[in-house]
Amino acid sequence: MTCEECGKNPATVHFEQVVNGKRTVMNLCSECAQKKGVFSVLFQPTFSINNLLSALLGSQMKSLPASSAGEEEKRCRICGMSYRDFARAGRLGCSRCYETFEDRLDPLLRRIHGSGRHIGKAPAKAGGAAKARRELEELRRQLAAAVAEEAYERAAELRDKIKALEAKLGREEE
Amino acid sequence: MRREKSLLESLVRSSASPWMDGSGTMADVVISSRVRLARNLRDIEFPHRMDERTASGVLEKVKEAVSDINARRAVPELTCIDLEDVSELDRQVLVEKHLMSPQHAQPLPGRGLVTRPDERVSIMVNEEDHLRVQCLYSGLELDEAYITANGIDDLLDERLDFAYDERTGFLTACPTNVGTGLRVSVMVHLPALAIGDEVSRVLSAVNKMGLVVRGLYGEGTEGQGNVYQVSNQITLGQTEKEILENLALIAKQVVAEERRYRETLMKNQRTALEDRIFRAWGILTNARSMSSSEAVKLWSDVRLGVELGLIEGLDTRHINEILVIAQPNFVMRSAGRTMTLEERDVTRAELVRRHLAKVKPS
Repeated sequence: MTCEECGKNPATVHFEQVVNGKRTVMNLCSECAQKKGVFSVLFQPTFSINNLLSALLGSQMKSLPASSAGEEEKRCRICGMSYRDFARAGRLGCSRCYETFEDRLDPLLRRIHGSGRHIGKAPAKAGGAAKARRELEELRRQLAAAVAEEAYERAAELRDKIKALEAKLGREEE
Repeated sequence: MRREKSLLESLVRSSASPWMDGSGTMADVVISSRVRLARNLRDIEFPHRMDERTASGVLEKVKEAVSDINARRAVPELTCIDLEDVSELDRQVLVEKHLMSPQHAQPLPGRGLVTRPDERVSIMVNEEDHLRVQCLYSGLELDEAYITANGIDDLLDERLDFAYDERTGFLTACPTNVGTGLRVSVMVHLPALAIGDEVSRVLSAVNKMGLVVRGLYGEGTEGQGNVYQVSNQITLGQTEKEILENLALIAKQVVAEERRYRETLMKNQRTALEDRIFRAWGILTNARSMSSSEAVKLWSDVRLGVELGLIEGLDTRHINEILVIAQPNFVMRSAGRTMTLEERDVTRAELVRRHLAKVKPS
């Protein structure tokens, strides 16, 4: 099969797109496919995530009871955003929205990231467990480095520190 | 004010950026590594919701933090550029040099760019999030880039009240960035895979690993110059270290595959390959008028020639600069005026010829 666009090169890209129920099929060579931006559809990264996000939000909104007249919709006390506003914009209004809409955001985050819980860096100001977790991460990093350098005495020291910190963190989280 | 002006002037006039100087690991395939951290100030509307006054308030806070960091001299001096004082043309050149995103070039109040002469650090103020700390390094150097970004983040964190939640991590305007706020990416050049028609196979495998693939300048520029940006998608539930390691691991696989194809081409199709590369060289160094997309396309073949040692007397740094020289706004900035498409193509061809004039391939 030759490319439908240039009629010269062999068609190596078979592209099917359905927009509003209308199906388009194209058989193109890779050069013409590139020109037509077919790859940008294929590789469009946020394509999936944005679609996923709006689809998730859309289905969430449908399952919500339609707000009857007089019933106040919950709004963020800092920025005044409602969950409906978020569903439309795809972005939250301010950091407080995460707390305001926690119940609904939680399942959404798990579906986007496969997890709802942060285990990475914590700012120095965040106290308690977050700081301990961060310290633990750092110690583990140092341990790996010590092992790589074959500095076993230092590695043993680090291991003890890690165990102590893990135990402490475990108690706090229980 | 004077320092801002002179930094901006040198940024937009030079086609060379340290992040593409050909240094670093696997620079034959990996052009650059980038790390980006999204941060926001607690209880202040995100940029898409805020009014002019709030926006300039955020910018002021960042400026104060930056001058305080400068006073401590812990890191090379940072300069905060008010984008409202920057012309449309210069803003577009900053995008072409990858110092900021295309979205950030839109003229909105309170937008700023914090950077420094070596261009390794740039902080977008009031883009989608209040702060986006970005570090760019040449080659596959994700760890280096993260160490720098993390250091800047620590310094900012000491001076600003970042929105952070024990459970959800750093809070961002879009829930797809929440948690670490960390987006890491590598820019790879895959000309041999393109010749072998294998790019889509390799990149869909990368996609399946949960990574995202974009073109040279983001979405919609896929395939330009056979340059692709691969980045992580998930920012929550993984540590920074895991995110970095995961991307580095897959980047190395892509590099290995591209190198394998380069070797195969050298072994089995040497003449055809040389013909292709030297034809591209001939046009690139002789054309009198050249569109941006043609320049980038020819650049891809010539860069392959450089990396395979077929074109001697030209190094990775020098050829990489063509990527910036090829861009429309950079061309106009060099000429110091806005131009028609035709004028631009002529000037571009001239700039490229001059840039490559001293090279005599064997």
